[in-house]
Amino acid sequence: MPEPEAIAVEAAAAPAAEASSSAGPATSWRSRRRLAIGAVVILGLLAPLVVQNFTIFQLTMVMIYGLAILGLNLLTGFNGQFSLGHSAFYGIGAYTTAILMSQNIAYYWTLPGAGVVCLVVGVLFGLPALRLQGLYLALATFALAVAMPQLLKSHLLEALTGGVQGIVIDKPDPPPGVPFNADQWLYYFTLAVVLVMFAGAASLVRSRTGRAIMAIRDHPTAAAAMGINTALYKTLTFGVSALYTGVAGALGAIVVQFVAPDSFSFFLSISFLVGLVVGGVGSIPGSLFGGVFVLFVPNIAERVSTGLSGAIYGVILLLVIFIMPTGAAGVLRRAGGWLTDAWRFLETQSKGRRTS
Amino acid sequence: MRNLTRRSILAAAPAAMAFAALPARAAKKYGSGVTDTEIKVGNTCFYSGPASSYGTIGKSEAAYFKMVNDQGGVNRRKIDFISLDDAYSPPKTVEQTRKLVEEDGVLLDLNPLGTPTNSAIQHYLNSEKVPQLFVATGASKWDNPKKFPWTMGWQPSYRSEGHAYAVHILAHQPNGKVAVLYQNDDFGKDYLNGVKQGLGDKANSMLVAVASYETTDPTVDSQIIDMKSKGADVFVNCAIPKCAAQAIRKAAELGWKPLHILSSIGNSVAVTLKPAGLENSKGIISDFYLKDPTDPQWKNDAAYLQWVAFMDKYYPDGDKTDINNVIGPSYAQTFIQVLKQCGDDLTRASIMRQAASLHNFRVPMLLPGITINTSPTDFAPIKQIQMGRFDGQRWQLFGPLIAGQLPA
Amino acid sequence: MQLLLQQVVAGIATGAIYAMMALGVVMIYLAIDHLNFAQGEMATFSTFLAWQMIQWGWPYWAAFVATVAISFVGGIGVERILFRPIRNAPILSQVVAFIALFSILNSSDGEIWNFTIKSFPTPFGTKPLFCIGLVSTHQAGMVAVTVVILALLYLFFRGSRLGLAMRAAAANPESARLVGIRVGWMVALGWGLSTAIGAVAGMLIAPVVFLDPNMMVGVLIYGFAGAILGGMSSPGGAVIGGFMVGVIENLAGTFIPYVGQELKLTVALVVIVAVLMVRPAGIFGRVSVSRV
Repeated sequence: MPEPEAIAVEAAAAPAAEASSSAGPATSWRSRRRLAIGAVVILGLLAPLVVQNFTIFQLTMVMIYGLAILGLNLLTGFNGQFSLGHSAFYGIGAYTTAILMSQNIAYYWTLPGAGVVCLVVGVLFGLPALRLQGLYLALATFALAVAMPQLLKSHLLEALTGGVQGIVIDKPDPPPGVPFNADQWLYYFTLAVVLVMFAGAASLVRSRTGRAIMAIRDHPTAAAAMGINTALYKTLTFGVSALYTGVAGALGAIVVQFVAPDSFSFFLSISFLVGLVVGGVGSIPGSLFGGVFVLFVPNIAERVSTGLSGAIYGVILLLVIFIMPTGAAGVLRRAGGWLTDAWRFLETQSKGRRTS
Repeated sequence: MRNLTRRSILAAAPAAMAFAALPARAAKKYGSGVTDTEIKVGNTCFYSGPASSYGTIGKSEAAYFKMVNDQGGVNRRKIDFISLDDAYSPPKTVEQTRKLVEEDGVLLDLNPLGTPTNSAIQHYLNSEKVPQLFVATGASKWDNPKKFPWTMGWQPSYRSEGHAYAVHILAHQPNGKVAVLYQNDDFGKDYLNGVKQGLGDKANSMLVAVASYETTDPTVDSQIIDMKSKGADVFVNCAIPKCAAQAIRKAAELGWKPLHILSSIGNSVAVTLKPAGLENSKGIISDFYLKDPTDPQWKNDAAYLQWVAFMDKYYPDGDKTDINNVIGPSYAQTFIQVLKQCGDDLTRASIMRQAASLHNFRVPMLLPGITINTSPTDFAPIKQIQMGRFDGQRWQLFGPLIAGQLPA
Repeated sequence: MQLLLQQVVAGIATGAIYAMMALGVVMIYLAIDHLNFAQGEMATFSTFLAWQMIQWGWPYWAAFVATVAISFVGGIGVERILFRPIRNAPILSQVVAFIALFSILNSSDGEIWNFTIKSFPTPFGTKPLFCIGLVSTHQAGMVAVTVVILALLYLFFRGSRLGLAMRAAAANPESARLVGIRVGWMVALGWGLSTAIGAVAGMLIAPVVFLDPNMMVGVLIYGFAGAILGGMSSPGGAVIGGFMVGVIENLAGTFIPYVGQELKLTVALVVIVAVLMVRPAGIFGRVSVSRV
């Protein structure tokens, strides 16, 4: 497990590439990137009109896991703090929504509630985490993940959480007059939330604050020397990261219509970590790819062999790490680089021919 | 049908054969997933993840359906048993169940495994009017035909087992100091609540130590030491085989000899008692509804021999000491009975109707005398259990069949 | 008072399990500078191998020695085949590779040897020690083996050239390479040693908790906790950390009213995190200072 500097080195590749893309020669790459994002959004808007309800549900879950992984990415990828505890924030978000909804509060109002609760918990947890680094931080967050199901089951909270039985939620209906079924509606609702939050993360990362957050990751001592309040930014990043994952949990609860302590074991944290790495540490769109991996790859593994599905999953994961050690985002960046190079090569070739 | 009446290793009960011989009563009516030659049946099970030891239920059940298909199927229809992995994760269960219903178009969801996983899909399946039949969990909440007419349990509820333990305690040690060890989840709490309910007013005064464990706990030594030191003389051990065996061994090491009641979750001779030490296990009391395949008293039993023949031929990798490999085929046999009663009326409603009209049906591996009974107001197929005492070699069954399902 | 004493003694006995695991954790940490999530599963796999040999009728000690040897070679093999190719990949990617290995081993164990628990023999016997039922001779034997391995490791790392070379390779690979140490092979050797220690741990833990594919999942959590509490850079600290986790957990479960057993793991973890607040690198660990 990484020391902070180590994370810094690996994650530095991502934003560095993003930053360089804005500089000079590759402006066309940047506009193409915008084009790609636009295409994905349009595909996302059209998808539920052509696929089955079940697939819509899967795609909704992909977005939700992607959002949860984005939360982890903000903390680990951009700020260099390692966390194995994000299943806890996901669970807190989910339970907040479930409890509020069982009090007859409309589902859309529960999202800000879940976000705020997780922000507060995240900041509170981020404070002691300031003292810890690398492995020790990993253990502290891991402790949170291990403790969460126990806490949710505890008789102290049973009146609120429903104890081991969990809470069943009713599926929200689309607003009257909207020509969608419940699955389509939830999909578009999730899409809207996810788009806003991804855009928010992108602008946060590009802002002054974002540069401070990344500076802390790359060189904590230097950042402090330059007058960045590292404690403040680290704690805040913890809170915002928890907020993102918590909102994902809230959406997950609404879509799955059920919360139970065992849904939020530390295995979920490990799934998020896998999604983070496979998608690309420090890549915002990569988080979504992580969501795709987390949801679909176990199904593929299961199709290959029922008894050995875990082994098949592991083999696929190993292959992915071998083929793309920096995740999908790294591959895309490299592919993008080749394409740009190839494009430029062709351009110069054709120009050369014209001039000759 | 002709194939079925052939002499076969199939452990079909005589009652089942009688029903099967009846002519089809109604014109053909097919629900989703049914054709003249095939019935699609869905299932979710744990093939990966922390609870994958239960995955063998699904595997043995699939093997059993394979045998039935090899013998010609049910009313000439093969059973296409589509069993998907949910890794004991409720969100995954929802996804897989929706796949089964919406993409594969199964007729029903047959014995999906686990309490939180079933809770997660109960609303969905009931609103889609898809049978959630013979769920593979002993929670007591599945017997609620008014609110959930599409959900039905199968095994005796954990709570009714816990209740039976309390009755036994009150009869034999009315002033006992009771200690309970339970797993900190739904099934453990159900046992505990059953014991409390059974002790009634005396629960508060009699329960001196109530301790839970987590499945991640390496040992339960600390809990056992605590119980002994609190002077408990009755020990209700509601733990999975690993922890139950540790508890039995630790109690013996400590020289603690309470009236020891072991839940049916962990009462297999080979799986729990042998590792714990047969000598240490002497005198333990437990309850049963199935024949433990590792108990030597069944070694010449016809049903047991048929089961062994089935396992040898269709699931040779399966562990013949694992009670879960008895449970899987028993689910399948109960379901086949439902199909036979349905005849050619294979709609979802008909499945539930026939599942709710099982009368004195016997699955071969049920203990002698125990039968399956349901009605439109009774969605708890197996209600009877029998107590037994371990004599160092085998379980000596004693007392009458204990009947009666508790209200939820 | 008697209960307190009993729980402390029982905690030390259980702590021996964690201490063994923690030792393996520290061993790999010293070799590769981070944790191996698959360590528990590798130990379980080794233990299954030993179990299989014993089933074939091998004498206990033959199976024991063979398993330790196979595990040592196997550990080197895993490093050469799986981790050497990605040694320059980001550390988080390596962590995910560990998770993949975890998943592969866990699933294969279940498929090969199924999930029913198996009893595993012990060379120390299972009679209660000194006729009091608190600790069995096996648990006492475990404590002794832990201490012996710790002493051997101490001698190896402080006294032998190879041990010194390994430490140098882990602490400062660049400089170590310059003075002629074959850093790659030192890392492989670390893998071999930690896998062998894991195998010993597995074979000593299995008689207590029973052998099944998920045997080590819980133990590893506690092993990590023990290693981190004691300090990752200190084998002795890790062992003491392991014992402490065992004791803290028992005392929390027994003596904290109201939450007690239900939250004992949570309470134990909170205590550990609280200790880390005061000693951020573990009780016996050294804080590493980073330079700009």
